[in-house]
Amino acid sequence: MKSLMTGNEALARGAWEAGCLVAAAYPGTPSTEILENLATYPEVYSEWSTNEKVALEVAAGAAIMGARSLAAMKHVGLNVAADPFFTMAYTGVNGGLVVISADDPGCHSSQNEQDNRNYAPFAKVAMVEPSDSQECKDFVIEAFELSERFDTPVLVRVTTRICHSKGIVELGERREAGVREYKKDVKKYVVVPAHARERHVVVEERLRSLREYSNASPLNRIEWADRGTGIIASGITYQHAREVFGDGASYLKLGFTHPLPDQTIERFAAGVDRLYVIEENDPYMETFVKSLGIDCIGKESIPACNELSPQIIRKSLLSDEPGPLYSVDTAVPARPPVLCAGCPHRGFFYALTKYKDVVAAGDIGCYTLGMAPPIGVTDSVICMGASISGAIGMAKAAERAGRKIKVFGLIGDSTFFHSGITGLIDAVYNRGNIAVAILDNRVTAMTGHQENPGTGVTLMGEVTTQVDIEGIVEAAGIKAGNIRIIDPYNLAETEKAVKEAYNSTEPFAIISRRECALLKDVQRRKRGYCLVVSDKCKKCKACMRPGCPAIAFKDGEVVIDASSCNGCTLCLQLCKFNAIVKVGE
Amino acid sequence: MVKSILLVGVGGQGTILTSKILSAGLVELGFDVKMSEIHGMSQRGGSVSTQIRYGDKVYSPSIGAGEADAVVAFEKVEAARWLPYLKRGGTLIVNDQEVYPLPVLIEKEKYPSDVLEALKSTVENVKVVAASSIASALGNARAQNIVLLGALVNALGLKDLDWERLVREHLPPRLHDLNVKALQAGLSL
Repeated sequence: MKSLMTGNEALARGAWEAGCLVAAAYPGTPSTEILENLATYPEVYSEWSTNEKVALEVAAGAAIMGARSLAAMKHVGLNVAADPFFTMAYTGVNGGLVVISADDPGCHSSQNEQDNRNYAPFAKVAMVEPSDSQECKDFVIEAFELSERFDTPVLVRVTTRICHSKGIVELGERREAGVREYKKDVKKYVVVPAHARERHVVVEERLRSLREYSNASPLNRIEWADRGTGIIASGITYQHAREVFGDGASYLKLGFTHPLPDQTIERFAAGVDRLYVIEENDPYMETFVKSLGIDCIGKESIPACNELSPQIIRKSLLSDEPGPLYSVDTAVPARPPVLCAGCPHRGFFYALTKYKDVVAAGDIGCYTLGMAPPIGVTDSVICMGASISGAIGMAKAAERAGRKIKVFGLIGDSTFFHSGITGLIDAVYNRGNIAVAILDNRVTAMTGHQENPGTGVTLMGEVTTQVDIEGIVEAAGIKAGNIRIIDPYNLAETEKAVKEAYNSTEPFAIISRRECALLKDVQRRKRGYCLVVSDKCKKCKACMRPGCPAIAFKDGEVVIDASSCNGCTLCLQLCKFNAIVKVGE
Repeated sequence: MVKSILLVGVGGQGTILTSKILSAGLVELGFDVKMSEIHGMSQRGGSVSTQIRYGDKVYSPSIGAGEADAVVAFEKVEAARWLPYLKRGGTLIVNDQEVYPLPVLIEKEKYPSDVLEALKSTVENVKVVAASSIASALGNARAQNIVLLGALVNALGLKDLDWERLVREHLPPRLHDLNVKALQAGLSL
């Protein structure tokens, strides 16, 4: 049977067909749908882990116990999970262990475009790179086989354009792999220095076997056609290259990309006149090709920044620019992403805009948009969890400079569970004079409403314990008198809490709690919307200051779009002339 | 021969569902199909795009500037923004709808009043569709995406397929009547 599938759907299907029994991930674009799809197969235990390190450790534990297991994450997630990743390379596995890294060339939804192919040689593990949905399915199955055959974790490296593109996939059946026998083996799984030194020798021997396999692997294939031009490519760039050069070139299509196949590359290079290495971001393959003493054209022509496309390759290698393009003279306004109408973050952010001497360290989530006008309160966003810990450093440095500022750390509920808790403990322990705001919208919203430890439901839909944020805050050592739990739809209450936090000289925490306005349940319960009473409106536009996308100034009137208004009443509370009313409740 | 179709709009307008139905139909018609959608931050009211390529054999899912045989804009300003992607002589289908972006709402930028005129005077092959009004008249403006699907299927000459069944397969039963009517309205444009 054939099906049109995204790369992520196909990766999940491949894991299922391969008999995977345990899968774990933390949501992150472009990887999120891998686990969402795996969770639809009842044979696979699937979980949202609290972060990527936990996810990889859950999968690693299951692999040690003998089950085929998988961890999936976005590229920066592998930084978080790097610790177990490097050491699992030493211990090896029992049941197969597959780690999927979904990279984001072009930073469609990410803070950097790091090239995680570099992790494979760094950790000394095997790596495969599918180039379309069919290969996503096939390569995951192969990755499980290789993991068990060579006793290594296998990195499956994909990119946004693979994850989120659909292609036709031939479906297969599930082959149960069972759970292998578990035998205690401390020399393998307890990496005290004496064992680790021995394991390192095993790792180097394994690399030699993997290199031999790479030269023989069906995942690395030569497609001979015109021998004037030879192209080495992997992943999506193979598809782009085929689009540009068609049968006017020969291809070395690499699917098993660590270790790279030295003999195959030498054979291919000897058979063509001119050799191009086409790859996104880093010169990962090019550096290796050059290390073999082979001359090739790569990054001197092809950009290291941003995603590639057939058009960019055509321009870089063939100096072929598109012809005259259509355009209109009309100035086109920008359309940046915005906080939604009724977003609970807006009320909290608005309260914070009152202070000109506040520096706010933000974090990763919808509320990253606290940096955008007209709110613009956020000063920095680095990585998951860096709001609280970054705020500590900012406050310490500002104290030493004698700067009179107050530092806030702004973090979401899921991000707090992911890596905010350690920062909070650090703030208490090291007496960081900061205010922490946990913007608790009761869901992992940015990536599309995933469950998290605060929601009381698991990825597989089971009801579970709701982890208590205020309990954690208090247990971390924030004094009970320095904790406020507020509803950001109540502006007076929010402003009061922000003021108290601002004035505090001790670690202070505000839990700003209100469900995401777009949650299905919230939408179902939604009652009423706001509208402007035009004869009372003085057109002062105070209601527009928080930048709600449901409010516009059109033809000389302030109007609220009833269909997009979610009835949060922030605008109503800002109106001094009672010109906004809520109706339809 | 490979055809490239670009669907552009504003997060929440239903571009993704439209491209799902279109791709499913193209597969049934026996084409190789690749469809690429980029989502993430753009879902929060930002500019969104879906790329669909179909033919005997499709390699890359990506469409570059000047390469789209058809561009379907679910919003007027998005038509102007993505216009350079339209191939010379290609077809532009544009929904006669305005969705103000935030910079316009907060009066930092202006929403242009002359977009449709500018598009009509620049592109030979423009079809303006009042999809939102048509869908409203049928019962719900949200069905505008299916009106546009109908108009696109028509423009691509792909009417020889039971698109009504595909629309039904992709939507819950309570929305079938509305969307089948929306499809018919689009197909007849």
